[in-house]
Amino acid sequence: MGILEVKDVGKRFGGLKALSDVNLSVRENTVHAIIGPNGAGKSTLLNCLVGKLIPDSGSVMFDGQSVLGRTPYEINQMGISRVFQTPEIFGDLTVMENMMIPCFAARDGSFRMHAIENMMNEKEMVEQAEQMLIDVNMIDKRGMHSAAMSRGDKRRLEMAMCLIQNPKLLLLDEPTAGMARADTNNTIDLLKQIKEERDITIAIIEHDMHVVFSLADRITVLAQGTPLVEDDPQNIKGHPKVREAYLGEAH
Amino acid sequence: MDAFLLQTLNGLDKGSAYALIALGLTLIFGTLGVVNFAHGALFMIGAFCSVTLQRILNLSYETVDPSKTDFLGNPLKVKTPYVESWFGPETGGAIIEWSVPLAIIFAIPVMLAIGFSMERGLIKHFYKRPHADQILVTFGLAIVLQEIIKYYYGANPIQTPAPEALSGVAQLAEGIVYPVWRIVYFFFAIAIIGAVFAFLQFTTFGMVVRAGMADRETVGLLGIDIDKRFTLMFGLAASVAGLAGVMYGPINAPNYHMGMDFLVLSFVVVVVGGMGSLPGAVLAGFLLGILESFASMKEVITLIPGINQIIIYLVAIVILLTRPRGLMGRKGVME
Amino acid sequence: MFGLDKKDTSLLALVAILTLAAPFILNPFPTNSGLAQFNAGYPDLMQRFVIFGIFAIGFNILFGLTGYLSFGHAAFLGIGSYSAVWMFKLLSMNIIPAIILSVLISGIFAVVIGYISLRRTGIYFSILTLAFAQMSFALAYSVLTPLTNGETGLQLTLEDPRVLGQSATADGSIPVTNLFGAEMRSSFDMVVGPWSFTFSVGYYVCAIAMLLAFYLAIRIFRSPFGMMLRAIKSNQTRMNYTGLNPKPYTLAAFVISGMYAGLAGGLLASMDPLAGAERMQWTASGEVVLMTILGGAGTLIGPVLGAGMIKYFENIFSKINDNVLHGWFSFMPDGLEDLVVTIIHPFVGKGWHLTLGIIFMLVVIFLPGGLVEGGQRIAKAFRGKKADDNKSASTEPAE
Repeated sequence: MGILEVKDVGKRFGGLKALSDVNLSVRENTVHAIIGPNGAGKSTLLNCLVGKLIPDSGSVMFDGQSVLGRTPYEINQMGISRVFQTPEIFGDLTVMENMMIPCFAARDGSFRMHAIENMMNEKEMVEQAEQMLIDVNMIDKRGMHSAAMSRGDKRRLEMAMCLIQNPKLLLLDEPTAGMARADTNNTIDLLKQIKEERDITIAIIEHDMHVVFSLADRITVLAQGTPLVEDDPQNIKGHPKVREAYLGEAH
Repeated sequence: MDAFLLQTLNGLDKGSAYALIALGLTLIFGTLGVVNFAHGALFMIGAFCSVTLQRILNLSYETVDPSKTDFLGNPLKVKTPYVESWFGPETGGAIIEWSVPLAIIFAIPVMLAIGFSMERGLIKHFYKRPHADQILVTFGLAIVLQEIIKYYYGANPIQTPAPEALSGVAQLAEGIVYPVWRIVYFFFAIAIIGAVFAFLQFTTFGMVVRAGMADRETVGLLGIDIDKRFTLMFGLAASVAGLAGVMYGPINAPNYHMGMDFLVLSFVVVVVGGMGSLPGAVLAGFLLGILESFASMKEVITLIPGINQIIIYLVAIVILLTRPRGLMGRKGVME
Repeated sequence: MFGLDKKDTSLLALVAILTLAAPFILNPFPTNSGLAQFNAGYPDLMQRFVIFGIFAIGFNILFGLTGYLSFGHAAFLGIGSYSAVWMFKLLSMNIIPAIILSVLISGIFAVVIGYISLRRTGIYFSILTLAFAQMSFALAYSVLTPLTNGETGLQLTLEDPRVLGQSATADGSIPVTNLFGAEMRSSFDMVVGPWSFTFSVGYYVCAIAMLLAFYLAIRIFRSPFGMMLRAIKSNQTRMNYTGLNPKPYTLAAFVISGMYAGLAGGLLASMDPLAGAERMQWTASGEVVLMTILGGAGTLIGPVLGAGMIKYFENIFSKINDNVLHGWFSFMPDGLEDLVVTIIHPFVGKGWHLTLGIIFMLVVIFLPGGLVEGGQRIAKAFRGKKADDNKSASTEPAE
């Protein structure tokens, strides 16, 4: 029994079948990659997991509870964090403030008024945030306005914001898209390190096969809204169906 | 049945004004993506175009008529408008009397000029700014325009009567009398709305504009020079608002704050109709005008006091909460 | 001090000194000099400065922090005024219960209006608030006449019960508003040479209220709650995916700013116990938007500056007439003098709204950060190029 169980999920947009009969089981403390050609329904699936879309049929269970019908913030409070393809950060805030917000969310839940306290008095939280910034190598940028940073830094910040919540499941939507080789390798190292140090499950959508095969413990191949195969990486590489649907045509 | 018909008719003149202003607002919002809080001011300026024309036509010279005396015993000074001396008292008098309809011809170039300069001088720089900034700067502009009019024309309403022939009441059916000018206004509004739709439907220019409303970026990518068309569109919208104002004069004497009064309601109309939908704006304009008129019936007011004052806002709140894209709005437009 | 860091403490101290010394500062010209008309140190005007300052500070908590542009905030000001006048009619002329009630009632209205309006964002939110405010205005004018006294406005009469006070004073007139006996309108004149300064009880009550309101606003700005509000303005998607529900935060900000408006309305009624529907009209809502933008939305001191400036313009600028102008430019040759007066004439006196509109447009176009940004730019220019070398990104929002 995995930490995330997707059963028979289907989703239509008008006449277009985006997902049908998707079954997926992500085991705890593994890295599970979801790959597939463009338009295979990877992003739709991801959106169904985090509450942005509600599937027409099927069920999504996380940690024994259904996520369907819950809002994104409720699902996040259950322990799922998401990193976006284009970094979603608080551009008007400083890096440190960006880090403080998930700290408060982790401690206080979805809403609590601290209208007249000074946030820098939360010593423990500040230290935690600083430690996280050190981990992602961004401590020197703590006072910077986050909108002014490079795209790579924004993504690292977003990753740090998700990690500081100590999620049970981390969803990564093409974390290396548009990155230079060196940056990609840095990201791989960071993710490997996270995987070793923490009890965390990671589900990753990725185009870059180098990233997928350096990280994944298990791979699901999605094509035309349905999973083709789910298997270990070494078996995926030579799988004829996958070659046909994906590897041969795209890369 | 008669009462029903009468209330519907009563709603038409206000509805026409709402529809025309909302049409212009929607044109601007749909094509340029700008929220124009100065649109009411354009309506008001239109109304003052007819005031101005009336003043120009009434420019007079004085002659002394020795055969008569005024009440002080001095020789009577007679004022003769130049128009009358040029065209003779008959034709001249008629021209003066028909100053409101004539003001349409006068207003079109004026409104186009104002529209063009507004777009080129100000609005253009706000395409990429947030909606809040657009609201704020056009709100400031509305204040400025309003104050300029107030400075030159004073704070009191100025009568602009309809021509004699169109000012009486008409017997529409047994027991239903209705002011002629309001009928004229309604048909005028229909004509303008028809013209705008025909323009958008049947000209290539209109086609580009409609394409732009549907998908701005693509049209930009096609290499079509959209800037000039935007300017023209703004001028067109300004003229529609202006003409609505010109003809509204005889129904309500123009004053400097009439624009603000109509603006708030017109925005509500646009929202009810669906932000960015032209047919929606027209439909909602008439619907709300008629609804307002029904809400002011005695029977309704005794049932729910004050409903006539708030009905439009109430409808808007309900619509916004249940169907945020409005009656005919497309999905995804500023939802 | 007071839980503020050094920078904020000095800002608060500066504002406190300026407000408390306002009767001196705003009366720089001797009473009989030609410039005395620019003195703003009379109680009525100074009260307006600080009361509208409170209104704008509150509005800024909503608009400046969350970015939600409400076009209906004057409704809460009006509701506050009506509540306060009813307290004067029914209970007593002490302003404390009146102000408490006005804050409470506007808070309740803000909960209802905010709950509905905040279901939409952007321009839809602006129009919803506008619709609510216009509805309140229309109702106050017509159907609610028993509560609001319609067009005349709600006033005190000799027949009012005032259960804890008296209906009429011994000499048969309506009692005046007071704070435990200290009458709001009582004042004390201090004459120093040619200068004359007026200290009124009413002004100092308002000033202290404003300082408290300002202090609270600083605390909110620097608090986790304030940071959440800025986060909402910045990126609601990330907010949601960080496990935070933006709605209660925005609603809380809306209610707080509604209560600030209610406090301002209550104080207005406490200084002059009458309330009219025109206080709720959308132009009045527009005015507070102007104040906040003019001063600098999202900054601490901006709204206070903006409110002060607009109220100063309204009262002083509008008093300048042609005679005054001729007086100023009498040193010029006659023809030139007339020309200059003719040019300036439309912008002063009754035309001050025109000037206001123009200034406002210029600010939105060139200085979106308002007067505060202008000040910062000037300061930067003065500091010159030296500052460029050790440029450091600021970590705090500007004051």
